[in-house]
Amino acid sequence: MSLMEHSRGIAMHRINAMVLRYWYLLVSSWPRMLELVYWPALQIITWGFLQNYISQNAGFFAQAGGTLIGAVILWDILFRGQLGFSISFLEEMWARNLGNLMMSPLKPIEFLISLMIMSLIRLAIGIIPMVILAIVFFKFNLFAFGLPLIAFFCNLIFTSWSLGIFVSGLVLRNGLGAESIVWTLMFGLMPLACVYYPVSVLPSWLQVVAWILPPTYVFEGMRALLFDHTFRADLMLTALAINVVLFIVSFAIFLGLLNSARCAGTLISGGE
Amino acid sequence: MAIEDIKSGHAATVDRSAAAAIDVAHLVKLYKTNRAVDDISFRIARGSITGLLGGNGAGKTTTIAMIMGLTLPTSGTVSVLGCAMPAQSAEVLGRMNFESPYVDMPMRLTVRQNLTVFGKLYAVADLKGRIAQLAEDLDLTDFLDRASGKLSAGQKTRVALAKALINEPELLLLDEPTASLDPDTADWIRQHLETYRRNRNATILLASHNMLEVERLCDRVIIMKKGRVEDDDSPEQILLRYNRTTLEDVFLDVARGRDREQAS
Repeated sequence: MSLMEHSRGIAMHRINAMVLRYWYLLVSSWPRMLELVYWPALQIITWGFLQNYISQNAGFFAQAGGTLIGAVILWDILFRGQLGFSISFLEEMWARNLGNLMMSPLKPIEFLISLMIMSLIRLAIGIIPMVILAIVFFKFNLFAFGLPLIAFFCNLIFTSWSLGIFVSGLVLRNGLGAESIVWTLMFGLMPLACVYYPVSVLPSWLQVVAWILPPTYVFEGMRALLFDHTFRADLMLTALAINVVLFIVSFAIFLGLLNSARCAGTLISGGE
Repeated sequence: MAIEDIKSGHAATVDRSAAAAIDVAHLVKLYKTNRAVDDISFRIARGSITGLLGGNGAGKTTTIAMIMGLTLPTSGTVSVLGCAMPAQSAEVLGRMNFESPYVDMPMRLTVRQNLTVFGKLYAVADLKGRIAQLAEDLDLTDFLDRASGKLSAGQKTRVALAKALINEPELLLLDEPTASLDPDTADWIRQHLETYRRNRNATILLASHNMLEVERLCDRVIIMKKGRVEDDDSPEQILLRYNRTTLEDVFLDVARGRDREQAS
């Protein structure tokens, strides 16, 4: 391979190298593995029993068993997707390894792709046991959603990556002092994404804001599927369109913050 | 190309195969009002070892960071192996490498895993063979499968050097390469760097506070103070100019503001 060819485009071997780096890290630490499974399992058990209780006492939930559990699982895909992305990025900050990576031939886009792949791997480790628990304990089979599940999943994971890219850019620029945003940003979206209630519950002016967020369409789509047994393709397509814009904007912001970090000279020092 | 040949100024057109390893022109780095690097220019010939000397805050690390493309200059230009940084960094980053006390190797990964990851990032051919060679050269064999975080300071430095040499770089940037090493290990590392330079015709730029190290290794010394190049010549010429017998005395003269006449 010539030097020019070597330096152009995205190189799979560099993405593989980064995925391998995170995989080595993950399997080297059983607490890390346990943590991936622990919280989703705890979530599904708590909310599953709550769903069981209120479905016996409230007509709304009796109509569509699994609304709550379904929302919990989809919310976790969104939340854990972003966390899986951002934690892999934070590992570089904690390890003070960013300087090594940034002056290697690794390109920012390759770095981000490897973080997306790791987000999927970490998500799978956490969510698969969660889904199995839901089937075993609460007779809720997420896969019964059928093909719409793919649309739900894709939209949620795209949103989680966009937010992950944006937050990583903030940490890159501002150091570990901005780390708390990684853990809290998604919770800021929770009330507006209408995870556990329909958008119509919000005041009309807040509904406008809610409809800007792709997850809102997913959770509305899930409720439509469970209550009305209809797949709202229009909602999924709108969510996808917003996601594309969100993804491009977050990537542009990441590059801007990376450039700003280079100007501020923080790439080599990292820290707070 | 001799150092004297390239110190005369910029070539109008850059022949990449013959260009200086590093060409820095009127480089300035401002952090708010602090001029960390203040209009410095120098060219470094291929195959040479150059020492960047200066006290804390002299601008050595910032200069190296700008050469690597990790920090953007406020003004001025940097060219590495004939490529403008950072615009053409993709063309050159695979041919250079660095070691710095400001960055670490991931601590939970074993030495072998770390070298494997970086070897793959740099697309090193026959990576297993390269790691085995580095393990032998830098005496890493005994702890190759130990977590990097559990190594002694000296072992960590050798591993960091192995990472810096994994892609057999044409240009090696070293920031305090023998800091925290005992004299024996430091001497051993210096021998290895000399051998590496000789065998590969590699260019090495090292920032150091160790004057003996610089005297022993470097063909040329650039002394920085308050972001500016205070002096730039071979160690012998600098010693003559300051009428000193060691670079440490020269360093103290520069640091304490004694000029060449006063010093002599």
